[in-house]
Amino acid sequence: MQILEMSGRVVKRGTAEGVALVSPTPIGFLGGVDPGSGAIIEPGHPLEGQCVAGRVLVFPTGKGSTVGSYTLYRMAKGGTAPAAIINAESEAIVAVGAIISDIPMVDLVPIDQIRTGDRVRVDGARIQVER
Amino acid sequence: MDPELKLTPQEQAMLAGDAGPGVQKAMEIVVALGQIYGAKDLVPVASVQVSGVSYKNLGEAGLEFLEEWAAQGARARVPATLNPAGMDLLDWDELGFSPDFAQRQMAVIDAYVSLGVSPTCTCTPYLVGHTPQFGQHVAWAESSAVSYANSVLGARTNREGGPSALAAAITGRTARYGLHLDENRRATAVIEVRCPVRSEADLGALGYQVGRQVKNGVPYFRFDTTPEWQPSRWEWKTFGAAMAASGAVALWHAEGITPEARSGNFVAPGARHLIIDDLEPAYAALNGPAQEIDLVSIGCPHASLAEIEAVADVLSGQRTRARLWITTARSTQQAALRAGLVARIEAAGGQVVADTCLVVAPVAGLGVRTMATNSAKMAFYTPSHSGLAVRFGSLEECIAAAVTGCWPTGAGSRR
Repeated sequence: MQILEMSGRVVKRGTAEGVALVSPTPIGFLGGVDPGSGAIIEPGHPLEGQCVAGRVLVFPTGKGSTVGSYTLYRMAKGGTAPAAIINAESEAIVAVGAIISDIPMVDLVPIDQIRTGDRVRVDGARIQVER
Repeated sequence: MDPELKLTPQEQAMLAGDAGPGVQKAMEIVVALGQIYGAKDLVPVASVQVSGVSYKNLGEAGLEFLEEWAAQGARARVPATLNPAGMDLLDWDELGFSPDFAQRQMAVIDAYVSLGVSPTCTCTPYLVGHTPQFGQHVAWAESSAVSYANSVLGARTNREGGPSALAAAITGRTARYGLHLDENRRATAVIEVRCPVRSEADLGALGYQVGRQVKNGVPYFRFDTTPEWQPSRWEWKTFGAAMAASGAVALWHAEGITPEARSGNFVAPGARHLIIDDLEPAYAALNGPAQEIDLVSIGCPHASLAEIEAVADVLSGQRTRARLWITTARSTQQAALRAGLVARIEAAGGQVVADTCLVVAPVAGLGVRTMATNSAKMAFYTPSHSGLAVRFGSLEECIAAAVTGCWPTGAGSRR
């Protein structure tokens, strides 16, 4: 087993652990993710059909409508939200969504070092990756 | 959150939760945005305009969030006003909105009132007494109002979203970045306008075309031809609204028109130059193939009293076949009522609708398939937001469509 340690910038402080789901392209929550199931539904998205619920969701940055912050909130209330969010560089929609939904979030992380299936632990700014 | 930006002791106390969990969450949002955008400190805001009001867009999750935030003790500490709702808050039944929708929409309004936000329900706060002064820092959501506040009034705001504007109202602060800083208010594109601008629709078409090209830049306009038609101050709102919809323009300048364009050094080094000599591409892009018109929409952004009077004058004694909605702020509607304008419009078959707008209302549920509008913003959003086929032209062309129920031949084109 290999363990990688890295650290980023805290957007929403918290502790969480889960299996990584890594997207090479940005994610928009409004219209891009089904809040009922947590599945990515944006047509043609590399993760189309995959479920983000309970995963440590890793993607470069957010995109789309500002209402996406409320989509994340709805997912958190319904139990379909990611356990934690890791971005290369966060933007306002996902950052605000994570804060209002109490989802631990870290950015300024070299996300190309994380692979789908890795076991990831987030604690404040610190990230531990196991594979 | 570890703030890299400098906070005053009072701001630190809010972040630590000393003022309760509602204020703490609001300060977390303000600080996170400050960090993301590299702000050095926060700046007090004079006022806030909050978006995210229509239940159609907010949904149950948004409503729940607002109620929870209010229950945590969050209250606006600076004057704050509200964007349009998804329906007329008084006449929703008569206009055909469902009781279920109305009940949820009123719950949203109640939540905002608990949060200390005035339920003005308009996208033109500056027409109903919420008018920032030159140079004042504010935190406004609603892209068309942001554009007006920055450009026509010379106030300073970034394009806020619903939660970030509310966070600014609750903390009385916003992060000092973007358009709060002098260096970001300089023009990044110089636009030479060489074709005549003859109507509010021409101005919207121009805005649409430039917004697409400059995206989130700051355009500086020079109108080369002597204007055949001089827009009044309020007519610039339709121009900014179009640029904010097709691009993400939050600030524009125009030579001899906007306040900051007079102050000298405002074109950034390396600014690009664009020439606009034909508005036809914009008209072509904004006009769908609809011939029969079900609904004519005037008042995006919300109509001023003068616009409502213009509609009454153009109608002058004719009867409408299509539905005609003039959307406006409640207080403007009341003024129009007293001036006898509402009676004239209703006599022709039209309706002056308050509190809402057809971009955020659930129009598809009203049995409407096609729309005509003199707003480039409305024409841009409606096909994707509401699935309606749209026609775009001048006020006169739109009223003609309302009267006949058909889009006039040759209208919506500059050829």
